[in-house]
Amino acid sequence: MIWNWLFKKKYNKNHPDFWKDYISSFDKKNKKPINETRFVAWDTETTGFDKKEDRILSLGAVEIINKTIKANNTFEIYIKQDIFKPETVKIHGILKDGDLKKVSEIEAIERFLKYIKNDILIAHHAGFDYGMVNEMLLRHGLGKLKNDFIDTSILFSKSKHIIYHSNLKKHYTLDELCKELNVSMADRHTSIGDALITALVFLKTISRLDKRNVLKWDYLLKG
Amino acid sequence: MKNSIAERISDFLKDFPPFNLLKEKHLLEIASDVSIIYLEKGDVLYKKDEAFHEYFYIVRNGGVSLYHHDMDDNKHMVNINDAGDIFGVRPLINKEDYKLTAIANEESIVYGIPIEIFQSVTKNNVKVYKYLITSFASNAYDPYTAEENTKIFVDYLPNTSQDIANFQTADYTKNPICCNENSTLKDAAIKMSEFKIGCIIVVDDKKYPLGIITSSDIKNKIATGLFPITTAVTNIMSSPVMSDKKDLTVADAQLKMIKYNIGHLCITEDGTPNSKLVGVLTNHDVITALGNNPAAILKDIKRASRTKTLRTARRKANGLLKSYLEQNIPLTHIINIISQINDAVTMKAIEIALEKMPTPPPVTFSWLALGSQGRKEQLLFSDQDNALVFEDVAEEKYKDTQAYFLDLAKLVTKSLNKIGFEYCEADMMASNPVWCKSITQWKAQFKDWILNPDDKAILLSSIFFDYNHIYGNLNLEKELTDAIYSTLNETSLFIRFLARDALKNPSPLGFFKQFLVEQNGEHKDLFNIKYRALMPLIDTARLLVLSNQVRGINNTYERFEKMAELEPNNKELYESCAYAFKALLKFKTKQGILHNDSGKLIELETLTKEEKLKLKRCFKPLHDMQETLKLRFDLANF
Repeated sequence: MIWNWLFKKKYNKNHPDFWKDYISSFDKKNKKPINETRFVAWDTETTGFDKKEDRILSLGAVEIINKTIKANNTFEIYIKQDIFKPETVKIHGILKDGDLKKVSEIEAIERFLKYIKNDILIAHHAGFDYGMVNEMLLRHGLGKLKNDFIDTSILFSKSKHIIYHSNLKKHYTLDELCKELNVSMADRHTSIGDALITALVFLKTISRLDKRNVLKWDYLLKG
Repeated sequence: MKNSIAERISDFLKDFPPFNLLKEKHLLEIASDVSIIYLEKGDVLYKKDEAFHEYFYIVRNGGVSLYHHDMDDNKHMVNINDAGDIFGVRPLINKEDYKLTAIANEESIVYGIPIEIFQSVTKNNVKVYKYLITSFASNAYDPYTAEENTKIFVDYLPNTSQDIANFQTADYTKNPICCNENSTLKDAAIKMSEFKIGCIIVVDDKKYPLGIITSSDIKNKIATGLFPITTAVTNIMSSPVMSDKKDLTVADAQLKMIKYNIGHLCITEDGTPNSKLVGVLTNHDVITALGNNPAAILKDIKRASRTKTLRTARRKANGLLKSYLEQNIPLTHIINIISQINDAVTMKAIEIALEKMPTPPPVTFSWLALGSQGRKEQLLFSDQDNALVFEDVAEEKYKDTQAYFLDLAKLVTKSLNKIGFEYCEADMMASNPVWCKSITQWKAQFKDWILNPDDKAILLSSIFFDYNHIYGNLNLEKELTDAIYSTLNETSLFIRFLARDALKNPSPLGFFKQFLVEQNGEHKDLFNIKYRALMPLIDTARLLVLSNQVRGINNTYERFEKMAELEPNNKELYESCAYAFKALLKFKTKQGILHNDSGKLIELETLTKEEKLKLKRCFKPLHDMQETLKLRFDLANF
């Protein structure tokens, strides 16, 4: 029993192969310099804010390597869901039976994990998106996401000079950051649009931190 | 799979050339492979001599500067690319390493456009390539690299208004001078000098072209001692030759010459070097075919004997100006050419007037251009501002002498008016007795302006400090300038008045970063780019050179560039002022051409968002400059 617990396998044989590959990819992860590291900025659109009740309608992600985002390797997926809340359509614009090609949750999970690999994830108010994805993984008998993550909302607060810390806000909305950092708000409230915006917010914030010479891995990843 | 990012990129690209010439599906194909690159201020995108990237670039946000390196590896800024400008197209055209360095001028986002995909969807699209070559040439051109490039880049790029010429069949030289492959270089050179030609084609017995020898080959390979004069022509010639068919169009010939960086094309029977040579097309032939060029216009002016001819020539220059602007030729180059033409026109108008006078002038004189012509930055027709200085004469002769020059000036201003330069509303012209005086009187006038400044005098006199000698006795102008600078040494009050005057128009952006528009009058709600943006820069530049005793530089942008040299710690600010001035002047000129007026009043609604952004970007250096002036000349309590 205790052996079982100590050597608890990270996955069991019932898990699908893509999950096994995902989990085992973390075994051999070693840190590269920041400018060679692949970051994945991502966002979700959901039917609401309740982790248990609500569902993910779309996932969008872009990869950043050396300050560059490649348009030919972006991730954009729409998910078939039974739960549908008409009142949220005005935010994300995804109709229940629209023209968008939609896939099942499990297919979305597989493709998402293959896209993010074991790289560092970036999201705005990351906790929410994490929670939503983890709930989805749970529904399919899988574990939680294992990637390191950076929350742009927190990262931005750190980029502000210490003298402003006393009157810093706790939460910066993505809209506020767009304004402050001069990022175009085109395609705001689509998951892929917000992923790109988050990526740009991340790059601009990093460059501010870099000027202050504090750009180290532990600094970046520490919540 | 849906790619919203690519759709968004293609949505941006479609508004800018050359992408606006592409089909939507091709644009999306390109956009799907774009790299979105974030650059911090100072980040280097590519360096001179770096191997070419698989992308060329377009600025999405911010600005990227291109620098040329001189022999001592000093950097000179060639151009700043703003949103929508493409750059780094050298690899697209000739797969060469970069010749310039691209550095982010501010925090920027650029799109890397994949060359391979771009080429696969644009092949055979002549319009796209014409645009690219033009854009390439305009960035590649600057005073430092002009020598390296084929001269053909400089003035004679294909453009829409010259399409007719472009698609004409090129008029090549038939029966070109040739020499046999067995000839010695000396034989060839004798033949070249006999026929007064710059190149000779080496042919074989069947008259197939083998190679070409130009004067510079002789300079580089013989005169340097690399080969003896008795060497065979085959050792010297460039080979193989580039060839084409008889029905080649001017546009295609030009593209080929630019692409392969050559000045001569062999015309052969079937278009390949493996057939009989029938002619040679030189870049000079291409230039002549395109006609509208400054050399031809200047020739017309020099030969003119009547005002009417001058008028026609000056009108032609307006056509030239328009095509230059369309082609994005660097403004400095445009300014140089147009002001040379303006000066030549004025000079000729004076010569014509002198012939009409019953007697030659009693003493020597100097005709001065004032204001924008004096600063050599007049592009469109504007008011004529001028003055006349004549040699000192005995007091009893003064009246008659002045009367003579007033008559002369009346003839000149009248013909300038006929040519298209309006009379000056404030009557600041040499035909006005107040501005037609002896050198002693002029010195006294300037002394009075400088030593007893008041706001009215400053308003009146500032354009007189931008004078430029056009015709006559250059020494008079020098004498006057000496007197002015020595008087300036006596007082600092005048400089402070000038400084205050330069600040009278605050930065053109209001509190909410909105453009300040005219509040009332017939120009209500229009933005006055001359008074709000150009004049403050012009006034500032003048103030700076006068207070630093810099002589002989009249251009506003050159004045700022000089200041950048004198004060390295403010280099960046001065350089951005120089750039802003050029950008604003270009803007005003384009507006002027569009609306057929001076271009100084701009209807903001007609501008695109990008244009507004470009304008706003120019105001920042102006604002920073004004803040600096306030401190430097201690104007807070003045």
